[in-house]
Amino acid sequence: MVWKTLARHFISRPAAPRAADPAITAALRERLTTAATAKLGRSLAIRHVPAGSCNGCELELRATQNMIYDLTQYGLSFTPSPRHADILLITGVAARNMLEAVRQARAAMPDPVFVIAVGDCAVDGGVFKGSPEITGGADSILPVDLIISGCPPTPGQIIEGLIALLEAHTEIKTKKRPSRIRE
Amino acid sequence: MIHCNSAAEWLNQPGSFIALWTDATHAYALYQPGRVVTIPLVDNAYPALSAPGANWFQRLAFDTSGAIATGTRDTRPAIEHFCAQDGTSAWPEFTPAPGEGVHQVAVGPIHAAIIEPGHFRFSVRGEEVLKLEARLGYSHKGTLALMRGKSPRVATRFAARISGDSTVAHSLAFAHATEAALGLTPPTRALYLRAIMAELERLANHTSDIGAIAGDAGFSFLDARLAWHRESLCCAAAAAFGHRLMMDMVIPGGVAGDLRTGGADSIIASLDALETELPGLTRVFEDYASLQDRLVGTGIIPPELAEAYAPGGFTGRASGQPQDSRITPGYAPYENFGLSVPYESDGDVAARIRVRLAEIIESIRLIRDILSTLPDDAIAIAPPSGSGYGLGVAESFRGPVWHWLRLDSGLLTDIFIADPSTLQWPLLEHAATTGILADFPLINKSVNASYSGVDL
Repeated sequence: MVWKTLARHFISRPAAPRAADPAITAALRERLTTAATAKLGRSLAIRHVPAGSCNGCELELRATQNMIYDLTQYGLSFTPSPRHADILLITGVAARNMLEAVRQARAAMPDPVFVIAVGDCAVDGGVFKGSPEITGGADSILPVDLIISGCPPTPGQIIEGLIALLEAHTEIKTKKRPSRIRE
Repeated sequence: MIHCNSAAEWLNQPGSFIALWTDATHAYALYQPGRVVTIPLVDNAYPALSAPGANWFQRLAFDTSGAIATGTRDTRPAIEHFCAQDGTSAWPEFTPAPGEGVHQVAVGPIHAAIIEPGHFRFSVRGEEVLKLEARLGYSHKGTLALMRGKSPRVATRFAARISGDSTVAHSLAFAHATEAALGLTPPTRALYLRAIMAELERLANHTSDIGAIAGDAGFSFLDARLAWHRESLCCAAAAAFGHRLMMDMVIPGGVAGDLRTGGADSIIASLDALETELPGLTRVFEDYASLQDRLVGTGIIPPELAEAYAPGGFTGRASGQPQDSRITPGYAPYENFGLSVPYESDGDVAARIRVRLAEIIESIRLIRDILSTLPDDAIAIAPPSGSGYGLGVAESFRGPVWHWLRLDSGLLTDIFIADPSTLQWPLLEHAATTGILADFPLINKSVNASYSGVDL
């Protein structure tokens, strides 16, 4: 049996390389894009970087993941690796000691990246504005796409801000969801 | 305040060391239960203290004012990472543990979870952790310098942002220090409302931290339920005081706002819910062998070490140190409510959880008692413009928070803030070496020292 197969391989010529019909490929790609935008378009991963916070914003960021706010229901999740992240979420002032770390985190992220400043400190330095140990808010390190102010912003405000950012960047109409956020 | 005339007097002080700081002319050391000792600086130097906890404070003093601790062996920078203008800095040397086959594992300053920045350098042989060195100072914001020259009413906003998870405790310690400096006694209602806020903050942190430890050990059910309770406590705090973390609510002279209409009911409802579910959740902790296997005997802080550092809080109380600053030195209104302080001596992650679970029960009882006896008078008095120095303490969820300040004609001329985390970090460095690398997240969360409270 094996000999027969081997012999056939020796005398036959390789099959012509298979290429898909370009028209079908294009159509499939379009269908996939539409489906992906509808189903996954809003599924974004967030890399949180504390650049000099008091840990108040971290508490509320963590609260967005609890069963009441449940951030993942909106297709948003936190990721440990910047390599998987679409959003760089910065809390706290831009402390001098953290500048390099924030820049390296940004450099490790694949483009495009949304940069979000969460909390009054990340917006403009907050109460720490003018301290020589900081350079200001998150915009003193990187261009910022969205600010979510508050000291600290409530989990509801953080999620509202994140969804507003996505809506501004996606054309698809989002389905009306039952509101689970109580303010 | 005790003025030392000789180095010998400065070095031989009784009581546990709490904190050390310097100003332009003097070095100060704080001992239990609230004794400040001072010695003049000679050529901007003072004799280094031998208390193990003094190390970080001496490094911090050098970084902020250049004051030299004569005779110290640890001269690593604390908060000064010698950054260039563009943020780049030379990477420091970490001394590995001696021995064959040892390699280093670097973690941070950006961590995998949503926590504050800090760098951990582990020396490991296989899975075994031989040494941990924590490099902190990443979130240094220059808070103390910003507070100087401001009135206590303005500076209290900075005190509230020393460490967000203990914002009430820091505001309270700052208010206590200001009131001590000015000889002020706030109205009783203010004292009672402050205690309600402080206990709510304790509950919120204990529930969320215990849940997070369980979550790290793979018990997401406990994490989800306890996060739910933390959320309900925060919502109650928002309903009662207008802010989920009760930030900026405690001010020198009283509190910034009264209990809102319906606030007491919200608090009681959240306490009822927690009290109903807590026995069941506690049973899960005690009954599941796989969970106990991760927690018992992990991250041990032996009582001798806890005694040497005297970190206070549940970290100290789980290692046989029963101190609680609500009792010693004590402050109003706790003497009216017969506070009982649970403590253990095992010093492992499980003991710290047991102490915190017991504290939850005690805090629930305290809030109920305080709410039912809430007096009906003013919520604040205006602090006069005066001069003097004051020391204040408040028991945050992680231990005693000390604020020392000096006022001149109503403005702060000097301030020092000691978060208990400063004494807990070295203990965490030790506790990490009693487990394997994979246990570190559990051990770290079980101590939950603040980064921002240390970096200032």
